[in-house]
Amino acid sequence: MFVLVVGGGKVGYYLAKELIDAGHEVALMEKDPRRASQIADEIGSIVIPHDGCEGKYLGEAGCNRADVVAAVTGDDEDNLVICQMAKRHFDVPRTIARVNNPKNEALFRHLGVDELISPTRMILGSIEQDIPVHELLHLAALGEGELELIEAHLQAGSPAIGHAPRDLSIPEGCSLFAVIRNGVATPLRPDTIMLEGDKVIAIGKTECQELLHAQLIGEAVAADA
Amino acid sequence: MKIVIVGCGRVGASAADYYDRAGHEVIILDSSTASFDRLPSTFGGHAIRGDGTDEDVLLRAGAGKADVFLAVTEGDNRNVMAAQLASEALGVGRAIAKINDPLRAEAYGELGIATLCRTGLMLDAVNGYLGLPPSGLPGMLEASGHHDGVHHDALIPPAAVAVPSQSSDSPSVTNQEA
Repeated sequence: MFVLVVGGGKVGYYLAKELIDAGHEVALMEKDPRRASQIADEIGSIVIPHDGCEGKYLGEAGCNRADVVAAVTGDDEDNLVICQMAKRHFDVPRTIARVNNPKNEALFRHLGVDELISPTRMILGSIEQDIPVHELLHLAALGEGELELIEAHLQAGSPAIGHAPRDLSIPEGCSLFAVIRNGVATPLRPDTIMLEGDKVIAIGKTECQELLHAQLIGEAVAADA
Repeated sequence: MKIVIVGCGRVGASAADYYDRAGHEVIILDSSTASFDRLPSTFGGHAIRGDGTDEDVLLRAGAGKADVFLAVTEGDNRNVMAAQLASEALGVGRAIAKINDPLRAEAYGELGIATLCRTGLMLDAVNGYLGLPPSGLPGMLEASGHHDGVHHDALIPPAAVAVPSQSSDSPSVTNQEA
């Protein structure tokens, strides 16, 4: 297979190295000439010391016959453009992009990148396995600090799901006032049925939080604060 | 019209000032507040610090449903990404990206964003002055298609937007929270 790797940082460097060891044909594009010659010294003359975002140089690197293009620079926008150019202009069958901002994943997929690798997402996933995410999120302290603005993400197991605020025993001095559903914020009325995935926004006295936690998140995971 | 400009360099700042004076609703973004020094003190639009390739930033800035989106930062790819984000995710009527690489400029017209290639524009201006024929390089290219395989009603065909009547009653300003 002929693999064109764009970006000669750590990821691109080790990727090229592994691919060569596995017997593939590899070309690596790195726009910084010093870094490019450094890599060339170490793994041979497969390095093209040019910017892989420029159509002209992608062509010179043999993009039109590449089986795979892997865009692994540190910049999401560069990786997007490399993959789109490879796909649209050079008909590359498979494009892979490194995505740093997990929020860009949907857009990149939508815009035709075949495969996305998000180190941020992977590390995040790994961390979240160990840390309970079923907590109240403190958004801001209000007043003299005696009140807090809180977000509760309703997940499976929350006693609030399927109920409206008036069915719950909301602690005194605490008010549920808005719900964010599918990215849209609406006022939370006493008869609004709450659903899984909702983010409920509340204002309450600091000391009400334990009760609020029990109502919105559930008893299973005890609040630590 | 509601016009969003990403990049407050000379081009971005001039465009912002011009459209603001012409009575349009202008929102300009740049990742550095110092860039806003280029705006005149009379500028009446919104100047917001933030990354124009970040969907959340754009939404918070009130860029959703803008009529025109102009990406004129120094980076071709940043412009391309911002413009595609605007046209694909934010439902912007017409997105224009400044691209200096002629090859890239050509490729992106097919992807639903209009491109503005300084290389071609300048060369043609010079050729015009010298009485030589146009260079054939892309200058201002219209969006010739939109991203395939995807259903989206965000992209309004250029003909449908080219009605200037919208400028007289610009949509109500709802982004006071910024």
